[in-house]
This record gives sequence, structure tokens and C-alpha cells, in this order.
Amino acid sequence: MILDSKIPQGPLAEKWTKHKFNVKLVNPANKRKYDVIVVGTGLAGASAAASLAELGYNVKAFCFQDSPRRAHSIAAQGGINAAKNYQNDGDSVYRLFYDTIKGGDYRAREGNVYRLAEVSVNIIDQCVAQGVPFAREYGGLLANRSFGGAQVSRTFYAKGQTGQQLLLGAYSALSRQVANGKVKLYPRTEMMDVVMIDGKARGIVTRNLVTGKIESHSAHAVLLCTGGYGNVFFLSTNAMGSNVTAAWRAHRKGAFFSNPSFTQIHPTCIPVSGDHQSKLTLMSESLRNDGRVWVPATVEIAEKLRKGQINANDIKEEDRDYYLERKYPSFGNLVPRDVASRNAKYVCDEGRGVNETGEAVFLDFRDAIKRDGRNVIEAKYGNLFDMYMQITGDNPYELPMMIYPAVHYTMGGLWVDYNLMTTIPGLYALGEANFSDHGANRLGASALMQGLADGYFVIPYTIGDYLAQNSAERISTDHPDFKKTEQEVTQRLQKLLSIKGEKTVDYFHKKLGKIMWEYCGMARTAQGLTKAKGMIKELKKEFWTNVNVLGANEELNLSLEKANRVSDFIELGELMVDDALHRNESCGGHFREEYQTPEGEALRDDENFAYVAAWEYKGEGQEEALNKEELVFENVKLTQRSYK
Amino acid sequence: MNLTLKIWRQKNSADKGALKEYKISNISEDMSFLEMLDVLNEELSEKGEDPVHFDHDCREGICGMCSLYIDGKPHGPQQTTTCQLHMRSFKDGDVITIEPWRAKSFPVLKDLVVDRSSFDRIIQAGGYVSVNTGGVPDANEIPISKSIADLAMDAAQCIGCGACVAACKNASAMLFTSAKISQLALLPQGQVERKVRAEKMVAQMDAEGFGACTNTGACEAECPKGISITNIARMNREYFSAIASSDNV
Amino acid sequence: MSWVSKTLSSTLGQKVLMALTGLFLILFLVVHLAGNLQLLFPDGGESFNKYAANMANNPLIRVVSIGNFAFILIHVIYSIILTKRNKQSRPVAYAVSKSSTNSAWASRNMGILGTIILIFLLVHLKGFYYEVKFGSVPMASYDGEEYKDVFAIVANAYSNILYVAFYVVSMGFLAFHLSHGFASAFQTLGLNHVKYSPLIRKVGLGFSILIPALFALIPLVMFFQNQ
Repeated sequence: MILDSKIPQGPLAEKWTKHKFNVKLVNPANKRKYDVIVVGTGLAGASAAASLAELGYNVKAFCFQDSPRRAHSIAAQGGINAAKNYQNDGDSVYRLFYDTIKGGDYRAREGNVYRLAEVSVNIIDQCVAQGVPFAREYGGLLANRSFGGAQVSRTFYAKGQTGQQLLLGAYSALSRQVANGKVKLYPRTEMMDVVMIDGKARGIVTRNLVTGKIESHSAHAVLLCTGGYGNVFFLSTNAMGSNVTAAWRAHRKGAFFSNPSFTQIHPTCIPVSGDHQSKLTLMSESLRNDGRVWVPATVEIAEKLRKGQINANDIKEEDRDYYLERKYPSFGNLVPRDVASRNAKYVCDEGRGVNETGEAVFLDFRDAIKRDGRNVIEAKYGNLFDMYMQITGDNPYELPMMIYPAVHYTMGGLWVDYNLMTTIPGLYALGEANFSDHGANRLGASALMQGLADGYFVIPYTIGDYLAQNSAERISTDHPDFKKTEQEVTQRLQKLLSIKGEKTVDYFHKKLGKIMWEYCGMARTAQGLTKAKGMIKELKKEFWTNVNVLGANEELNLSLEKANRVSDFIELGELMVDDALHRNESCGGHFREEYQTPEGEALRDDENFAYVAAWEYKGEGQEEALNKEELVFENVKLTQRSYK
Repeated sequence: MNLTLKIWRQKNSADKGALKEYKISNISEDMSFLEMLDVLNEELSEKGEDPVHFDHDCREGICGMCSLYIDGKPHGPQQTTTCQLHMRSFKDGDVITIEPWRAKSFPVLKDLVVDRSSFDRIIQAGGYVSVNTGGVPDANEIPISKSIADLAMDAAQCIGCGACVAACKNASAMLFTSAKISQLALLPQGQVERKVRAEKMVAQMDAEGFGACTNTGACEAECPKGISITNIARMNREYFSAIASSDNV
Repeated sequence: MSWVSKTLSSTLGQKVLMALTGLFLILFLVVHLAGNLQLLFPDGGESFNKYAANMANNPLIRVVSIGNFAFILIHVIYSIILTKRNKQSRPVAYAVSKSSTNSAWASRNMGILGTIILIFLLVHLKGFYYEVKFGSVPMASYDGEEYKDVFAIVANAYSNILYVAFYVVSMGFLAFHLSHGFASAFQTLGLNHVKYSPLIRKVGLGFSILIPALFALIPLVMFFQNQ
């Protein structure tokens, strides 16, 4: 199959404007005849649902949480980028575009990324108008900070809770449409499958998580705004409920899955403390603006530290290795996430890790507190410091924080064209659920930007193009294809319940997570990946014969919910390994040890791998087929990323 | 450490429910409270018993989904969310009672899971600024003094967990409702709908069956985000001035 | 429903009635105390009896007194309405509750405190107000004019140790009721400000100690004077 990205022709800066003019429109009076399903109510989902309802479409919004406001976008701490250039420091749409393409290690589409940068400015306007209380200067204008490797201050923030405030803004817009009767909300409802009729997505089948009822919902288009799949690693910074099920079921129905192995490992998380750990907590990247990353200069000192014979403050200045500042003098502690993460791994592999498990480095605010005073640091990071103290019991004002990389974001996702449509007509993917804008590595403060860009400013235009070309006729959920899908879903759940094996669902999830982290994590090798593939296949077999799912379908059943999600994670895990194995280069978050520069940096192979890998499901037990969308770079020159 | 847990078990909303006792051992103080419950659930699952159902999601104190009434206090002994409560706050041999939020407007769905959609309906009644996507003025068009923006942010931090309702002897939702009314009343963007918002949100809050405010301050003391009851005073002002001066007869 | 009845049926509207009537009653306490302190004047009750007569005859005071009864009634009725609503808002109680760690005892028990005060009030009204108005009252004469000797009734009542004890204890409950009610009324009316609220709280606390203490002092002093 030839993948048509539908990127408009013409100069980069005019593509989106031209496209907006060229797309077909749905007459205002006809919009009410079209129904749109939005799955997920995070930044992308809530903003899309609200915006489409404002236009006049009938929207049904689904989330598995008890309220749309709980979606995991809420946990984003640091900020949102926008090329406003309010700081007069040389920012521009082009610079944001350029930074994002480069940050993504040249594995994203120019057209998409430029559009993202272009609409970024509208997002801030929109959010302010909604009453989002962004941080401000004393003069009353919006404050900005530099974030995650950017050399301009373009990040807008609301304390350390930017994601929360943006989500609550989108949630308020959504709530307004619920009150208007244009959005019908379905909380505590999980999407179980897409319903395809005549080759188009025409609805979904859901499970009511309280009653277990399997229901069908018909619509003219389905939007998957279901976030990322970081929980395939079991331990990640994702919420416990974040899952790949919606995207994966769509994949099994024909939507291609792109670059699944591109996962972002975030450098500043609280280290793992033991086997009981259920999730990892992120400490905002903004901390790297003032905190200095270091480990002891020698293994001997690190050993003393690990044994508790000395503490961090006992280590003299000359015995500290500020390795990021040393290796990357111009970016220092602000190198992109993948670089920071990998270097933390290296120093810990050398035996210079600083906590009991040997998998942690210091993030030290001593010098910042000395320079700016405790009050200034407290005003900037107080809530993060409190959170750290709450979790670890240590006081970061006195002792340096300990951090370690953790899975945070997945750049891969469902393949979409410029209109955000997947390879299934009528099925769209927005936000983290798609693959489109971050290439092989996402820059800090760009996830919020992309989620809202897709929902507020892209889909309202592009969905009209599809709907205008399709009849407004509604299909009843009594249609045999709905019934058939319902039956498949029911059978699958019954199967899970009937295995009655000996192992709990978490046993499988943890095991999968360990395989993924070890072989498909921060550094990968062909050998390891091959081994992982075999292990996952085994795990899958064991899961379907030995999992124990308790209770029944017709009740609130956490065990069944988890089992259903984990079964999809296992299949996804295998595809991730395939993808990582086939990509014989290193780029961004995908680091293959065989492909690195003499200095240990990611070594891309633009000749052979400047493409988007789009995997096609071929049926149960079959190997997936690889489709390629070549990436065309007309505006930027592909260079070796260097943060020296 | 070894603990005795008394946990509210209730099959569904129709069931009467009762406290049930469980013993649990080898709990590390580095565990979060929910991880301790994970351990219990893993043990129950292995024994073929129905695990304890409780709401949780982000486990980093921001989504507001976790909701346990632990030993007589919402979110337990610390002023934080349950997911951020760590076992170092307890000691070996402790007996811990875990109950769901108790309020008419938060009916129990199963075990410790309650339905908080009443909060959503309060927001739907007016907790927004009625602007459509697009066509809004530039973000820097209206300067907002830093102190006002900070106050609005303090109110906007509410995570909607419902601890205020759970803590209040009247199961009142005033702190939750007032936080949103305050945020939007403080900001210039919220001025246009200021009166109608206060009237509608308060009416919805009452319609949901939440209790009234006795100004005990328990909500503020237990709020994991430290939302202040000055917001309740502001809501009262907003409401009275709306009632007195709006055209809504 | 008109906007007035809508407001009065809303929790906020009902709360504001509680606050306004409460504040009026607080004001009344001051006036009442000022009058009662005349019981301690060493003039055999002359100034108090004259004051009592004046109170009984002044048309303005009579209007205010009717208002006072109405406010007490509103305060009581709405407290019952609100309490009922509040109880219904939590049909299932917690098995374990540590509310003492998050709020003051008085604030959680305003209903009980109020009920005790109401009982006191009924006894008080029966003993004095009713007696003076409808009972047989001895007369005293000053400068040729006849006055009801209310002082004698009071002095007689306060010679009973049980009666005195009842008064003193009741004032203790009033103190607790005021310790929350005073500041709470301002909060309900929306008067919460970083500059003034700490002051209101301090004044409220002082008020809630001082006024009931002075009220309690009167029967005590009169009791011991009688001995």
C-alpha cells in the first residue's frame, strides 16, 4: 500500500493556509446531521470534542476515568511551547519548527511540524481566553521560561501544573458543550473495538466499566485521542489506567501503527525504590534550569555513598562530576531528554550511581539556592520539592535530589496523514495517540502543544473535508457489523474470564515490562531485541493459557479491565521489538548500541532510514508487514544533532 | 511492617456493605498507600478472592481520582492525596480503617469506589468561560496583575477529588464550587458571565444534595491542594451580589 | 419560585439568614448585658428597676424586642432546616472519624450548643420575662413613682444555688457557640480578607469569652451578696 501523507504542495509557510482553503466544508446547517465519536478526554480529546460541538457536530465523548478531568494530560508539569516571541529573544514559528524537527532527530514530517509551530500561538490565546491562569510577570503580561533544550524562552506555564490547567481549560469548554446538549459524556466507559462498515470507521463498541454492559455507538467519524502506550513497560510516568487498547484494536482493524519503538525516556524521574513500585513519578524537566546534574567522580566515592557511609554534601567540589556540563558545554544540563537520559545510564553503568540500587544520579540545587536564595527556588519549584519530599522522605533543599530516567512518552502511534486520518477512512488519531509531530524524540513542553493543536485547530478543519464527502445517513447499531463486533468483544472477554489460570494479570504485566525495559529501553541491540521477541511470544502464550481473571463481566471488575489491556500491551510489545530491530540506526529515543558515533551519540542513517515505518496488521499470529512513508526534507538540512 | 486493615467492602450500589478485616505483612515504608493496597490485592487475587476496588489513576497527586477515607481522615493522616501518602506515615501493628467518601451525592459504586459525577454537573452548570475555539484576542491583550493571577491559580489548583466533601461534617461541596467560581471571578476573562455563573453553580450544587457550610474549616484543613476557604467567602459575595443585582428574577 | 424564595431556599441564602440573625443577636447580647450590669449597682436595685420600666415602655425598644424574638425564631428555624439538610447529605456515617484534627469542636457542634442555649433561653424567659410581664410582681417606689421591682425577682432567683449554677454553665455553652459563631457570621457574609479576618477572629474570641463571663458574673455576685 502506498501511504499518502496528503501534505499540501507549495512553500512550507503556506501549506496549512492553502490546505485550509482547499478542504471541503460542511454547511453550517448540515453539521448537526453528523455524529462524531471522541475516545479519550485528555488535551486532544477534550479540545476536539468541545471544538467540534461548538461547530455544530453531535459529539459523544468517552473516557475510562470517572470524569473527563482525570485524563493523564493533567499530570504534565512543565509547560507548553508557543512561538509567541513575547520575550523578544529571536523566537519565531520557523525557529520552533526547526527546533522541533531537529529535536525529533529528523524523523518527523516538515509539513506537520510547521503547522504545529504555526498554530502554537493560537493555543495560548485560546487558553488565556478560557481563564487558564498562566504565570505572569509583575507588569501583568505572560511569563515564559526556557525549557528542555530550547535556547529561547517560549514556554508558558502555570506553576508546575501546566497540564492540569490546560486540561481543566479544555474540560471546561467540554463541560459547556455537555450543558448545551452537543456533547454526550460517557465516563467509566472503555472502547473495546472499532466498528467498520464498508471499509469505513462507523462506530465503536464499548464496555461500561461499572455494569460491564457491552454497547455500540454509531457515528460518521471516530477520533482516537487515547494517549500513549508507555505502560507497556509496566513502570512509567503514565497513569495506571493509560493503555493502548483503543489504538491497538484500531490497528488490528487496519490502521497502520507507526514507529512504535520511538519511546521517550525522561531523564528526571524519582528512582525506583523497590519491587512493589507501581509507577514512576516525574520531576519536571524545568528543574534542570536551576539544578545541576552530577555523580561522584570515582566509583570508590559512589560506593561509599551507596553504603550510606557519606552523604552527598560530604563530597568535595573536585570529586563531583557534572557530566552534562562537562560533555556538552553549550547546552549543559539542558540537553534534550534522550541525551540526558542516556548519559545518566552511562554513568550508572560505570558504577557511579548514587542510591542503594545504583540507578540514580544527583540533581543538585545547592548552587541555585546560594545564588538566588531559597525563596526564589521555592517559588519556582516549591510544589515539586514538596512532592519529592513526600515520596522519598528526603529534603531537596538540603540534600540533592536523586533522579533516574523513566519511560515517559511515546512518539510512535497510529499512522495519520496531514488530516490526522489513519489508514482507516473516518478514523482519526490525535495527540500522543498518533505518531506525527515529534519524530524520534519529543522536545519538552511540546506534548501539550501538540495535543491542543490537534484538537482545537487541526481536526475542526480536516474532519469537515471527510464528512463533506460522505453522506449524513446514520447507521443503526442494529446493523449486523455492530452486532458482529459486539459478539467478538464479548467472546474475547469471556475467554479471558474462562482461562482461570494460576498467575495474576500484574504478574504478566510486570514480566512484559521487565523484558521491554531491558531489551527495548534506553539502549537496544539486535541480539537483545531478537531475544526479547522470543520472550514476548512465550509470554503471550502463557498469558492466554495461565492468566487468572477473577469475577464476572457484569460488574465493576478491575481484574478484567487490566487483563484486557495487558493482552494488548503484549501484542504491542512484540511490534515494538520488531520495529526497533528493523531500524538499523540510532535516532532520538531509539538508540541502537551498534550505531553510535565515536563519542557515543546516536548515529542516524539518513540514506536508508529517513522514513516513517508504518506497520500493517496481517492477522493473528502473522508477522506484521512494513510499509514506508519516505520523509521529504525540503527546508531543513539533515545534520548530526550536536549539543556540544 | 505488619498491619491490620479494616476495609469497606460493598459488592455494588444496592448492597449494604460492611467493614472487613485483612492482615497484611512485610510492608515497606517506601511504599505508597496504594502500593500497599496493590500488595493486598495481589494476595487476594492469588487466593481467588475479589480484589478491593478503589479509584486511582495518575498516582502522582494531580488527577484527583484517588479517594480513600483513611483512619477517619480523607486521604489519611497527611495533607496530601492518598496516592502520595507513604507507609512511613504508619507504624508496625497499626490498625487502619479504610472507608469510601461518604455523601449522598457521592454514591458508592463498589467497595471504595464512589460516583463523583455530581462535581462534573456543577462545572457544567457554569464553570467555564463561554468562548468558542478561535477568534479570541491575543493572550497579552489584557494584562492581569501577578497577584490576581496567582490567586486565580491558587483556586484553580483544585483537583476535584472530593476530600472537602468527605471531610465536611455536612458533606458540603462549597470549597469545590467556590474554587471554580473564584478562579473565574478573579480573572478578567470571567467577568462577562460572573453573575450567571455564581447563581447557576450554586443552584446546581444545592440540587445535587450537598450540605450547607458551617465554616468549620475542615475542608481547607484536609484539601490536598490547600485550597483556602477565602474562596468560599468570595463565592458568597459573588452569589449575594449576583442575586441582588442580576436580571434573573 | 420568585428570586426571593429561591434565594431563601438555597443553602447560601439560608446561611446568610443565620449569619445576619446571629450578628443581630450578638448585638443584642451587648445591650442586654449593659442593662443587666445595673443589677450590680449598690443602690438596692433602683437603677435596674428604672431601666426595666423604661425598656418596657419605650415603643422603640418594644419594636426591637419583637424583632429580637423574630430573629431568634428565624435563627432556630433555619438552623433546624439546615441541620436536617446537612444530616441528609451524609446518610451513612463514617465508622472512624478524626474530625478533631481538622476543625474546632464548637464549630462542629453548633446545633447542640444552640439547642442548649435555646433551653436556657426558655427557662430564662419563663423565670424573668414571663414573670415580669404576666406574673405578680412586687412594687418598689422611687421619688414617689411606682416601679415593678424586677430586681427583687432576680435577686430571689439568684439566691438559689441551682439556678445560679444553671446560669453559669449555660453561659459556658454560649461562650462556645459564640467562639465559632462570631467569626463564622462574617465568613458567611463573604467578609474574609487577609487584613481584617485575623482581627475579626481575635475580637470574636475576646467577645465570646468576655460577654458570657460578665453575664455569668451577675448571678454569682448576687448569690454571694445574698449570703
